[in-house]
Amino acid sequence: MTQGLSRERKQGLSLISPTLFYALLMLAAPLLMVVTFSFWTQNYLDIDRTLTLANYHEAWTQPIYLTLMWRSLKISVIVTVVTVLLAFPVAYYLSFYVTQRKALWLFLITVPFWTSYLLRVFLWKVILGYNGVLNSFLLKLGLIDEPLTVILYNANAVVLTLAHAWAPFAILPIFVALEKIDRSLLEAAEDLGDGPLRRFFRVTLPLAMPGVVAATLIVLIPTVGDFITPKLVGGTDGLMIANMIQIQFGKANNAPLGAALAVSSMLVVALISVMIYLAGKRFGGKVQ
Amino acid sequence: MRALRKLTTINWLMIYAVAYMIFLYAPVILLPMFAFNDATIIAFPLSGFTTKWFSALWNTDALHGAVANSALVALITAVISTLLGASAARAAAQYNFPLKRGIIGFIMLPLVLPEIIVAVALLVMLMQLGLSLSLWTVVAGHVLICTPFSIAILSSAFAGMDRSLEEASFDLGENRWGTFRRITLPLIMPGVISSLLITFTISLDEFIIAFFLTGTDVTLPVYIWSQLRFPTKLPSVMALGTILLTVSVVMLILAEWFRRRAARRQGLDAQAGGGII
Repeated sequence: MTQGLSRERKQGLSLISPTLFYALLMLAAPLLMVVTFSFWTQNYLDIDRTLTLANYHEAWTQPIYLTLMWRSLKISVIVTVVTVLLAFPVAYYLSFYVTQRKALWLFLITVPFWTSYLLRVFLWKVILGYNGVLNSFLLKLGLIDEPLTVILYNANAVVLTLAHAWAPFAILPIFVALEKIDRSLLEAAEDLGDGPLRRFFRVTLPLAMPGVVAATLIVLIPTVGDFITPKLVGGTDGLMIANMIQIQFGKANNAPLGAALAVSSMLVVALISVMIYLAGKRFGGKVQ
Repeated sequence: MRALRKLTTINWLMIYAVAYMIFLYAPVILLPMFAFNDATIIAFPLSGFTTKWFSALWNTDALHGAVANSALVALITAVISTLLGASAARAAAQYNFPLKRGIIGFIMLPLVLPEIIVAVALLVMLMQLGLSLSLWTVVAGHVLICTPFSIAILSSAFAGMDRSLEEASFDLGENRWGTFRRITLPLIMPGVISSLLITFTISLDEFIIAFFLTGTDVTLPVYIWSQLRFPTKLPSVMALGTILLTVSVVMLILAEWFRRRAARRQGLDAQAGGGII
């Protein structure tokens, strides 16, 4: 018996080893190198390999980096909250009210996501612009007298565009969590005298919490690292930390500082993610 | 009374869901509208129907290079990540081994890691190793982010596979290769094709990693990015986007069709499976 078990273990390990090896070589090693790099300094064309905290000191004291970091976090959190709140009713509708053609709905939700990301962001620029689709539509209806300018080249545009870009990633995990809910629990809550609202907040929502947490993390983490959306629709007020990382690796030619900024923002995001995970676990755990 | 209440909530939710779908499709619908619009400026009102932006694409040599590069990168990425994904998915779905959760979690990490971090990390490593950027470095990055998707698709294919069929094949005297070729592969084939199509599509559309890791040969999204700066090139970009969208949607429909066939072949409920779609 133990013989068989160890053979299974060996086979499993040997099956996964090529993929693991690739991930170690192409992910773990580069990540370690970025961390090392962030302790070095750029000396014109050379890299000075003395270990120093200078980059981190710069990243955490210079107002520009702090402002960008703070704004990135703020925008990402708003994007995440907006995306998840907008997505939840759709997932709820799909799970509880759509009986036929569920797969078709899911397919239709994912299709826009497969258009080139660049073009989707660019098309939002077309929609939100001064002579854009939205403004000309509102002008025609007579709802406004002159084109709105508050909708492009600022943080609002970034939030809207990203909420659109990450929609399927928010809907799918919540939908899966809702599908797993045992419908008899809802009946039980009703039989025990809970109204629809109480039933939703005491049974449905806590049980859907794993999906909500997953959706939150899936949207939040990559959003902090986005630099296309801020660049195309964000204007100067919408620039985020990822734009600065990209500039440091590109034009500014200060890769070690860029690495320090990347590591710093990853640490902050990881910390927030852990907090969200724990909070979700606590809230979802109450019913059990 | 209660039935009535239920009816009204259904309606509100449905109206909301439909409005949400309009929000999702708003930019996508504009793409073909401007691609066939006879004006250089991307704005309403539309002026007239034309296919000249599509013929303009036909005469742009730089674009053809980018398309060829992207197709090559996407093809190699799809094959490598599906191979890596298949062996990892099989290990994940059918075997127990030490540190299983940790190892698989680590392999799946690129799914949640911001792409800029992956790109920057690979760039730093390549710089340190003194390797120059090329299409191969783009492939290396794309394989990393595509493998988790392949694992997600193929895990369900392997989980639904009846292992006694393989045992029967061994008992009947087939060796490992013969069993793999004649039993395992046909059973998971639809999953494999679905994985190839999805990873191909992801690689074809991926911009951030390609932007950082591409050398002098650019991929298609990097080419599009360079064109977005020139207002006169925009209608052609719209036409290009329309073609890309059509290709992606066709690939996705094929992938979904193969995934369902896989589920049916294994006697599972096609509606219930995980998968990407």
